[in-house]
Amino acid sequence: MYDYLLPEFLVERREDSCIRCRVCERQCANNVHLYDTELDRFFLSEKDCVGCQRCVELCPTGALYVHPRLADYRPNSSWTRDKMQNLKKQAATGGVVLTGSGNDKPYRVYWDHLLLNASQVTNPSIDPLREPMEMQTFLGRKPDTLKIEFSEGKAKLASEMCPNVPVQIPLVFSAMSLGAISYPAFKSLAMAAKETGVLFNTGEGGLPVEMRDEYADCAIVQCASGRFGVDLDYLNSARIIEIKIGQGAKPGIGGHLPGEKVSDYIAQTRMIPRGTDALSPAPQHDIYSIEDLSMLIYALKEATNYTKPVSVKIAAVHNVAAIASGIVRAGADIVAIDGIRGGTGAAPLATRDNVGIPLELALASVDKRLRDEGIRNKCSVMAAGGIRSSADAIKAIALGADGVYIGTAALVAMGCTLCHKCYTGKCNWGICTQNPYLTKRLNPELTSQRLINLLKGWSHEIQEMLGGLGVNAIESLRGNHEHLRGVGLEEWELNVLGVKGAGE
Amino acid sequence: MLVQKYYQNERFVPDKEMDACGLFGVMHTGGVRFGGQMAIDAIKNMKVRGSGLGGGFAIYGLYPKYKDYYALHIIYQNKNLAAKKVVEAFLKKHFYVIFDEEIPTNPDIRLFAPPLSWRYFVAPQKSSAEEDVPDDEYVISKVMHLNSEIEDAYVFSSGKDVGVFKGVGFPEEIADYFMLDKLYEGYIWTVHSRFPTNTPGWWGGAHPLSILDWTVVHNGEISSYGANRRFLEMHNYYCTLHTDTEVLAYAVDLLMRRQGLPIEVVAKIFAPPMWDAIRHMNDNDKELYTALRMTYAPLLMNGPFTVIVAHHNEMIGLTDRIRLRPITAGAKGELVFLSSEEAAIHAVCPDLELAWTPPGGEPVVVRLHTKDHLQSLNKSI
Repeated sequence: MYDYLLPEFLVERREDSCIRCRVCERQCANNVHLYDTELDRFFLSEKDCVGCQRCVELCPTGALYVHPRLADYRPNSSWTRDKMQNLKKQAATGGVVLTGSGNDKPYRVYWDHLLLNASQVTNPSIDPLREPMEMQTFLGRKPDTLKIEFSEGKAKLASEMCPNVPVQIPLVFSAMSLGAISYPAFKSLAMAAKETGVLFNTGEGGLPVEMRDEYADCAIVQCASGRFGVDLDYLNSARIIEIKIGQGAKPGIGGHLPGEKVSDYIAQTRMIPRGTDALSPAPQHDIYSIEDLSMLIYALKEATNYTKPVSVKIAAVHNVAAIASGIVRAGADIVAIDGIRGGTGAAPLATRDNVGIPLELALASVDKRLRDEGIRNKCSVMAAGGIRSSADAIKAIALGADGVYIGTAALVAMGCTLCHKCYTGKCNWGICTQNPYLTKRLNPELTSQRLINLLKGWSHEIQEMLGGLGVNAIESLRGNHEHLRGVGLEEWELNVLGVKGAGE
Repeated sequence: MLVQKYYQNERFVPDKEMDACGLFGVMHTGGVRFGGQMAIDAIKNMKVRGSGLGGGFAIYGLYPKYKDYYALHIIYQNKNLAAKKVVEAFLKKHFYVIFDEEIPTNPDIRLFAPPLSWRYFVAPQKSSAEEDVPDDEYVISKVMHLNSEIEDAYVFSSGKDVGVFKGVGFPEEIADYFMLDKLYEGYIWTVHSRFPTNTPGWWGGAHPLSILDWTVVHNGEISSYGANRRFLEMHNYYCTLHTDTEVLAYAVDLLMRRQGLPIEVVAKIFAPPMWDAIRHMNDNDKELYTALRMTYAPLLMNGPFTVIVAHHNEMIGLTDRIRLRPITAGAKGELVFLSSEEAAIHAVCPDLELAWTPPGGEPVVVRLHTKDHLQSLNKSI
């Protein structure tokens, strides 16, 4: 049956430059380039091109050019090309339209409407190259007050502290499970986290046993609805345990790792039979209410003898502030909010593009609610979903986040070009696939260095901006809305963000 | 000046005021009371640090005759007698007023819009419902009510045996106006000269700011103001004067009075050691300082500041942790000085025995009948 789908990309080859080395053919898992030796020419299957630019980047003579084919149909603002293509796909298959990565719809990106402050005259800006500029942050529950005893004039801490985990930079790699991403990609994240003194999140796919000695100390392990790979050793080897309730890219629904991706290694790590589908149900089937969540939180704390903070990750939805408050009262030490632009390995397009709310608004209202209730110190707030740059990260902190999860940005640093085809398992960059031919394209030694560089670059930029604001510790910016101003926003948006307009 | 007020949205919280200032404090550690000449001459010596838009004095050991009673200094803006009537009716209902009088002023000194200033010596008169409320909390709540509910009336100070005199003008003009050099003696004098950059002066905005017997004078701009303010709001302190000094005053009240932490610890909350320094401490200190920074991170006062905090028996000088604003300490016999500039100390005490500059974040704690202030001498730069 014809699928009546037009190609999404146009592939052009400059014949005078092409040396017939056939790199493009070998690199493309979608079989776009086919070389006919007898005719000595390439044939193109443009329809299969996803625009990942792998062939373009690797072509030694720069002979290839891949660009989007946009306006094939009659231009129509309502019935856009995307909408029509999706209808045709569904007409052909009767299925759910799948997609990967984060929401690409033009919802307002509030980061781009928030501007930072800087010092002039009345307080000096600080040069981070000359003065210390502190970014260490502790994730976990803080007490209301401290008891301090004095003996012989020496002060001594008398309170018992809840477990807190330091990160050298308030940037943490988001949950990306082994299975969703490849082993080299997973390992690269772990290596970079270890090297830079931050954390990586295992996602719900477990943590391979042989990685635990070296990397468990910088791991956040997830306990999600599928409970893959969860056992006592897994929980006890981590720094933080995260209960995953929801994901910004697909709030309210679960996940599905197809059986063909469940290799021996992944089966072992997830503790499921090889080749079986790994299904994560939409809810956690032991959590149907807030008191159930509380029981799981304390079950995990009991299992780890109260030595680790427990985080609860939720998708940013309409009443996120009230939910977050309940989560803190239920005993969570960290609340992670994942906004509508958060990424995913696979999600129904309709859900990804239409469910949830932007992180910025959710974060500001959660922070405000927790303060109004006087419980902000009882938890750390992590912001996730669509943090693209150091500027987004620092604005998230100024809006009230303790730390920032970065997922998509890390993938891009590893090579991802956001082709949105993560769900096909044919990632030419070796990131979101289990095909050994593709995954060996990533060398963790090199890829982790790219991630380290990314964190280093961001931390320099954050330090410069902090110094410009006249503060030398990140905590002085946390929740400090005085240093943010909005531009081009409506009044209700400014109200929700709790930020004044520029010039106000 | 505690005023409880809730803004529906943070967008509507007014901008904070910015100012730079001159500070001076002098204390007799033997508790001997002395006149105001030194404080006045010292602040005069630092005239360029003020702009005539605010000056004020706090004096401890001021009213020995009434030292068991709360001394309320209340001003009535625009000499509003109607406000005075309302205030006095309120005082009569909630306090025993032992004695009251107009604060004497010198009519020859012309200042910008001087208010009517009155002082009341009072003891709490609690209703049966409020019997369990401690005296201090009781007085604070009533002072808050007066400040927020009665227009044109402001309580400048409310402690026992202490008083604040302040207004719009250079501090020496304020001193002349209230005749501080002639009428009063105390064992601690702190004084402030103000250089606001974005607001005209008003009498309530001058320093010192005070709650009970706590007073704060401050120089600098706290860049972490928003973070500090939001944390204090969680503890029901609502900042309405929008000066940095206000967050400092409330933070001092929260940590020292309500949570009972000593100033040596509080100084390490406002101006904590760097993480790098903490890493090199012994285990006991590492644990303590890590917990302090973690727990009280929102009370780190970031940006340039110097502050002189005083209450009975104690005067404390502190500068920010990278010493972006100056403070100098000096001592002669039992007199201990804190000042924005060393020259001001020499001007009033030519035969000074010691002068030192404490490092950033290291408090100079001057305590009655002790030599605690010398602890910072060993660490001076």
